[in-house]
Amino acid sequence: MESSANTENATASKPPAEQKWILPGWGLYQGLVVTAKNFIQSYYKKDRLTTVQYPEERAPISPNFRNFPFLVHDGDDADAGLRCTACSICEKSCPPQCIYIVLDRDENGKSKKRPKVFEIDLSVCMNCGICAEVCPFDSIYMDNEFELSKDDRFGDMLYGLDRLVKSTDYHAKIRPEQAAAVAASRKAAAEKKEAAAKAKAERLKKKAEEAKLKKEQEEKGGDAQDDADGTPTPPSEKGDTK
Amino acid sequence: MNFLANQVDLSNAVDAPAIWTTLEALPQLPNRLVEWVGFQMNAPAWLATLLGMLVSAAVVVGVFLTCFALVSLVERKTLARIQNRYGPNRVGPWGLFQPVADGIKMLTKEDIVPDKAEKLLHLIAPIMIVIPAVLALGVLPYGKEWVPVNLELGLLFFFAVGAMTELSVFIAGWASGSKFPMLGSLRAISQMVSYELPLLISAIGVIMMTGSMSLPSIVEHQSQYNFGFISNWNIFTPWGLVGGIVFFIACIAEANRCPFDLPEGESEIVAGHMTEYSGFKYALFFMGEYLGLFAISGLFITLFLGGWSAPFAGLEFVPSWLWFFGKLVCVIMTMLWIRGTWMRVRMDQLMRFCWLFLIPLSLLTIPAAGIWRFCGDGFLAGLLGWGVTIPFLIIPYIIITVILNRRLAPATRQYHFAE
Ligand code: SF4
Ligand code: SF4
Repeated sequence: MESSANTENATASKPPAEQKWILPGWGLYQGLVVTAKNFIQSYYKKDRLTTVQYPEERAPISPNFRNFPFLVHDGDDADAGLRCTACSICEKSCPPQCIYIVLDRDENGKSKKRPKVFEIDLSVCMNCGICAEVCPFDSIYMDNEFELSKDDRFGDMLYGLDRLVKSTDYHAKIRPEQAAAVAASRKAAAEKKEAAAKAKAERLKKKAEEAKLKKEQEEKGGDAQDDADGTPTPPSEKGDTK
Repeated sequence: MNFLANQVDLSNAVDAPAIWTTLEALPQLPNRLVEWVGFQMNAPAWLATLLGMLVSAAVVVGVFLTCFALVSLVERKTLARIQNRYGPNRVGPWGLFQPVADGIKMLTKEDIVPDKAEKLLHLIAPIMIVIPAVLALGVLPYGKEWVPVNLELGLLFFFAVGAMTELSVFIAGWASGSKFPMLGSLRAISQMVSYELPLLISAIGVIMMTGSMSLPSIVEHQSQYNFGFISNWNIFTPWGLVGGIVFFIACIAEANRCPFDLPEGESEIVAGHMTEYSGFKYALFFMGEYLGLFAISGLFITLFLGGWSAPFAGLEFVPSWLWFFGKLVCVIMTMLWIRGTWMRVRMDQLMRFCWLFLIPLSLLTIPAAGIWRFCGDGFLAGLLGWGVTIPFLIIPYIIITVILNRRLAPATRQYHFAE
């Protein structure tokens, strides 16, 4: 009765919708059926009771979920395999400036290309991921650990190297695609570097050989010039030595 | 062999009916105990009577406080299931100790009294809301032999006491010295006063049929059987059906429950008259509300659903008070179902629904009950009764709904002050 009165009020402004009703307030009874279904089916149908009981069960975490950054190391030794070179690019681009890096130097003051101190204040970090974006050494990535509540909001939330550095295996576990892509690109880069080094070495070798050859030739040529009226060196050989 | 035979005999002796009879007398146990102790100790008659009264009161209060704890849990769980979630399930198995946790939380909270509050009235209101509910629970017949107070004018007493609730709600709203409680209590007053009318009027038919206002005799009248098996519940008669539905709707409104929970509409006026209450006083309001809900549902069961009587002949061996509480569970579950489904009505809809629909309909049940009475008993008379009363009720019903469906409210709401 109520609802039919309402419907009429509503239809005064809108074009009347096609409404099937048998009893006054038909929608109310339909609503009752819906809730009764919800109630009864919640006892045997999983999709009527979608709550995940958190501490005991967990919803799967999407590989794209990210919150705080962590550092990656190669191999088994966290200290030796650290990729970070303490270039401070991430420190400078972090918007809330929560990264603090001190470069490690040897006794002569020469850079060891590794951080002595690398700290991220997680209570300040805003999870933007810029640090992971800018790092040129594939060193810093976003973690997906979220149960980080601590008693002490100052000391406990200041993560140093001991808690930040994690293995490549961990990276591969939480974000397989990204880790694979990074590994592939690093491998490619390493191969390229190796190839370049090889090429360079070869070139050097060749150069040395050529130099030797030339020297020999010169020596020989000196003799030959004497013999055969000074023939000039062929242009192709000139190009090669360039 | 003899020994075995004896055993068999014994097990035969303790058959089902005996257990049921013991169960039937169970609620009387504390009373009998007190009587026995009094007799043994040669207590004076007045002391024995007083103790008996106290014990009956204690039983009622104890039973319904347990019900309150259970229902507050069941309500949360049912609503949760309706909304596709688990309700409380952390404290104890299936969250069974949730009410205990809630109680501890409530009791240890700070009791805040606002500066502008009327201190004394602010204190009295929550107490006053529990008292009428307990008094009303005292006169209901829960079983054949379980009537805490057998009053000749029990129904009248119930309504008289029930009307006190409005007073305490208003005191709470006024004494809080704040706007939201005031608004809430004004809403509550207008709603409860309006809905008291259909409540009373639809009960008149029952009084006419029984010829008595004593609640036990109303139930006894309904506990007979027609044609040997269908019980004589008032809801199975045309006037009783209409009256019962009207009564049930008015019950929901009197208990301030969804869809008529305007007095404490969270989205509009915080918590209505309970806004300025905290801690134990808030818990008292909560308790008073639930006890009132039990009382009014119990009255609905007594008047229309046959009280403690069994629905069919042959089922009387189940203790009568179990029937009563079974029906109470059904009624309360229906209320929860409605609460989980329907949205809150607007104030003008609430009033229109009451004055233009419920009251005319409940007035119709009075002559309908008269017609039914004079049709007499028996199969043919019953047919005649249905044949006459049904059109008598249905035609006005259609007329009422048609009139209601004509536009009484303006098509667009007119706001006089908010332009
Ligand atoms: S994490 Fe990357 S960007 Fe940051 S200091 Fe280390 S190498 Fe540089
Ligand atoms: S995620 Fe953003 S805020 Fe956090 S450390 Fe990296 S750059 Fe800074």
